[in-house]
Amino acid sequence: MAKDYTNVISRINLIASKIYDDLQNADIPFLQLSTRAKSNIKFDEKLSVWKYGKNMTERSAKSLDGAYMLLRTMYMVDFIKDMIKINKSSTLREMYYISEGWDLAKFSSQQESDSLAEDLEVITSCMREDFKLRPEEDGARVIGNLTIEEMTRNKTKKKIHCQDDVGDAGYSIPYNVEPEKISFKNMDADFVLAIETGGMFDRLVENGFDTSSRAVLVHLKGQPARSTRRFIKRLSEEKNIPVLVFTDCDPWSYRIFASVAYGAIKTAHISEYLATPASQYLGVTPADIENYDLPTDKLTREDINALKSELSDPRFQDSFWKGEIKLQLKIGKKSEQQALAKYGLDYVTDTYLPEKLVEMGMMKK
Amino acid sequence: MTKITAHELAKKQKEISVAEFFERNKHILGFGNPTRALITSVKEGVDNALDACEEVNVLPDIYVEVKNHEDGECKVIVEDNGPGIVKKQIPHIFGRLLYGSRFHAIRQSRGQQGIGISAVVLYGQLTTGKHAKVISKIQENRPAVVNELAIDTNKNRAEVISQDITHWDKPTGTRIEISIIADYKRGKRFVYDYLQSTSIVNPHAQITFKEPDGTEYMFERTSDVLPKKCVEIKPHPYGVELGTLIKMAKHTKNRKLSSFLKTEFSSMGDRTTTAVCEKAQLDKGLNPKEMSREQFLALHKAFKKVKIMAPSTDCLSPIGETLVKRSLKHETQEISPEFIITVSRPPSVYSGNPFQVEAGLVYGGNLLKDKQVNLLRFANRVPLLYQQGDCITTSAISSIDWRRYGLEQPSGKGIPTGPAIFLTHISSTLIPFTSESKEAIADIPEIENEIKLAFRECARKVQHYIHKKVRRAKTREKFDLITKILPEIAKKSASMLDKPVPSLEAVITKIMDVIWIEDLIEYEKVSGEPVQTTLLEDSSEKKEEGTITKSTIMVVNYKRTPQKFNLYAVIPQDAVVGTVNPKPAKVTSNYIKWNLDSIPPADKVDVFFELAGLEKGDFDENDLYIENINPSYVIGADKWEGE
Repeated sequence: MAKDYTNVISRINLIASKIYDDLQNADIPFLQLSTRAKSNIKFDEKLSVWKYGKNMTERSAKSLDGAYMLLRTMYMVDFIKDMIKINKSSTLREMYYISEGWDLAKFSSQQESDSLAEDLEVITSCMREDFKLRPEEDGARVIGNLTIEEMTRNKTKKKIHCQDDVGDAGYSIPYNVEPEKISFKNMDADFVLAIETGGMFDRLVENGFDTSSRAVLVHLKGQPARSTRRFIKRLSEEKNIPVLVFTDCDPWSYRIFASVAYGAIKTAHISEYLATPASQYLGVTPADIENYDLPTDKLTREDINALKSELSDPRFQDSFWKGEIKLQLKIGKKSEQQALAKYGLDYVTDTYLPEKLVEMGMMKK
Repeated sequence: MTKITAHELAKKQKEISVAEFFERNKHILGFGNPTRALITSVKEGVDNALDACEEVNVLPDIYVEVKNHEDGECKVIVEDNGPGIVKKQIPHIFGRLLYGSRFHAIRQSRGQQGIGISAVVLYGQLTTGKHAKVISKIQENRPAVVNELAIDTNKNRAEVISQDITHWDKPTGTRIEISIIADYKRGKRFVYDYLQSTSIVNPHAQITFKEPDGTEYMFERTSDVLPKKCVEIKPHPYGVELGTLIKMAKHTKNRKLSSFLKTEFSSMGDRTTTAVCEKAQLDKGLNPKEMSREQFLALHKAFKKVKIMAPSTDCLSPIGETLVKRSLKHETQEISPEFIITVSRPPSVYSGNPFQVEAGLVYGGNLLKDKQVNLLRFANRVPLLYQQGDCITTSAISSIDWRRYGLEQPSGKGIPTGPAIFLTHISSTLIPFTSESKEAIADIPEIENEIKLAFRECARKVQHYIHKKVRRAKTREKFDLITKILPEIAKKSASMLDKPVPSLEAVITKIMDVIWIEDLIEYEKVSGEPVQTTLLEDSSEKKEEGTITKSTIMVVNYKRTPQKFNLYAVIPQDAVVGTVNPKPAKVTSNYIKWNLDSIPPADKVDVFFELAGLEKGDFDENDLYIENINPSYVIGADKWEGE
């Protein structure tokens, strides 16, 4: 199924002609894009996700940094055009290495090139996939009573049952989770449980939680990749199934939840593709630390700063988060999912999760 | 208990011999321990050598050697190319304490009230029992004289042990060899530092230093010009002590008080003399020899109550900003400092004594960032090595807040920490030392103030330099932008759209939006006469070779409208201006001024000038100022604040 790239190419060309016209008119060339910062994300009522607001950042050739950015943009755009022309794609890392040959325009770190690729998405309103750029395979895993149909590289459709057809490691989410690649078939489950750490994912698999509690388990692998978030979003919407997020109890884990539920600050331009507004935070919450008397670590200075920053983050302004964050700052402690093992290996599946699910109305007593 | 009578006591009272006096006071004379003794010995020898050469207008060529025997005994050898000493005088100079011609004169000199080289001879004699050896040659075609001397400590007279003649290759000169008890291991570093420091403030001298193991160091001459001869001046009424006043009156040939005051003191004219006599209620016709103590006291008091003109200060011989800089540069080569700044204050006066402060600041390079700033202190071209904490230079420097100038200094007081060396040189007809060992300068408010002013000026120049550096870096960035990045952007966008590359000139002026000034300094070795003859009178000694400093200033107008303004280039006072292009509006001893014609946008003007009378590196940075234009339009020059 060949994708039509005409629209992408014309949008890319707009960038080149904008710069060219500026020079031609004796104006200092510049590009504008939405400011990608915490201060510039607004809740979109229609889409129920967080998107960039009205603030714009200007990248202008007036400063050396700005000029470098424009030159790199030109090179990247040209490279994308070439890839579209010859029908190839590259990983972000490959593009970073290709930039080695761009002379003055080469990047000094992959973070720079990744970030510019995101800028380009914001400027053109295209997606990274439109640019033929893809991330490293991240291999987030799924186990549950769900059948997925995947278009294999041999261009044949293959059905995969995420319990019977996979090993203990589960089904591996590919980088492309759009309908042309995968579709969801039969499913018999009550909720999706997205889990931060591999250790906890494996604990629930070993304890047979997917079967006993009729859950689809998704391993987030820390801050989830775009494909994982898109996968959860599609599953939730197409199968109309609630999503629960189960993470450690620290400020960084809350950001993982926010990126799943509300949209991440870095990718707010595509929040409607990636965020699942219906997801709920299950735990571990600061209140759990007290209620379950969990083993803890002291908050570090970075933790405290991150929590304080979340208090001014527009995504964490509801009473639940404000209360929990303030409680955590008060007790000055953090904990991990796997700290529940204090009460035995089965405690999480026999006691903690059932109690939390009842509390959230997912399960009856 | 028997009563002791005065007669019995008198038997015990006797004259203390010079040797005993020396033995009891050797710490205040600089021989307190074997390390100090070594440095003091070298110092007295070198001071004498430098003085001897300067006295007869010879560029000093000094050789210092230390030979290390066992049992902590060293032989100190100092040799110069001065005029030598006539045979008759040798025993007096080296064998009598407190003998010398300099003691009574009021003028800037190294030794001043010094105990001198004879103290070293005595110290050597007392500690090793060995005699001092003095070789002197006063005329090229005559043999040299060799003396072996001892000091008769009871009579304070020299004893000539032997006298002989010998052959010496040197045309003229003096060589002394004195054996002393000294701690060479500890003193080694100090001797080196002392000689290096001496070389810094005596750029006209060449000093060779040979260590016991044969290692030779050469502190090279960096200037071929002898320091200005120091003129002897008469005492100023503000500075004279009552005792001195009485003594002067006793010995005067003048018969009247008024003529005594006018002829034997400086700054005393008719009017001042009358005013002083009136204030003291003394008859101008009094015979000074017949005045009573009360009358002298009244006169002495009256001096302080009358406004008397400051003494003339042309008796001082400062080193000069350029020479201090050149010396510092030469001696800090291994450090490769980022910059060297020097300041010469105008002469000033404390209690009737003229003095002048010079300051230098070496910054950056390999100097350690976490060490206290190294303070180099000098008085009348002599390094001060000890008692740093008691010296007015130290407290003056410590009272300046250096934190603003990139140095660390807890609570803004004390000796700052950072990669820097501070030099202070004080020239005066009378350096007010705190003690006889002459290592620290006393707490005189006028001097402290001048030191502070000198270092504040240095600090301002540092700030100016840092400011300039930051702006240069910014300019450099913008220049990269317009010359490299922007053309690439243009090329890439054109090739993507298959269109011709657009012209960038207008965009460049918009991006820069400044007048950009950059400069370049080059040096050219020339033979024969420099561009203009220097002001030096001794044209017979004029060097055949010289260096021309060539400075090119490029002014580019990156503003969108034509720009017209005045440009100033500051030049060292001792430089001679050669070719200047375009024609300057004004040339003074301090600066060159141009009224530049209107420069159209994107146009460039080159301004060029030559300086003679400087050595390579003396002028290594242009100091540029602009006038009649908004200073924020200009990068590379500051607002002209007037002279």
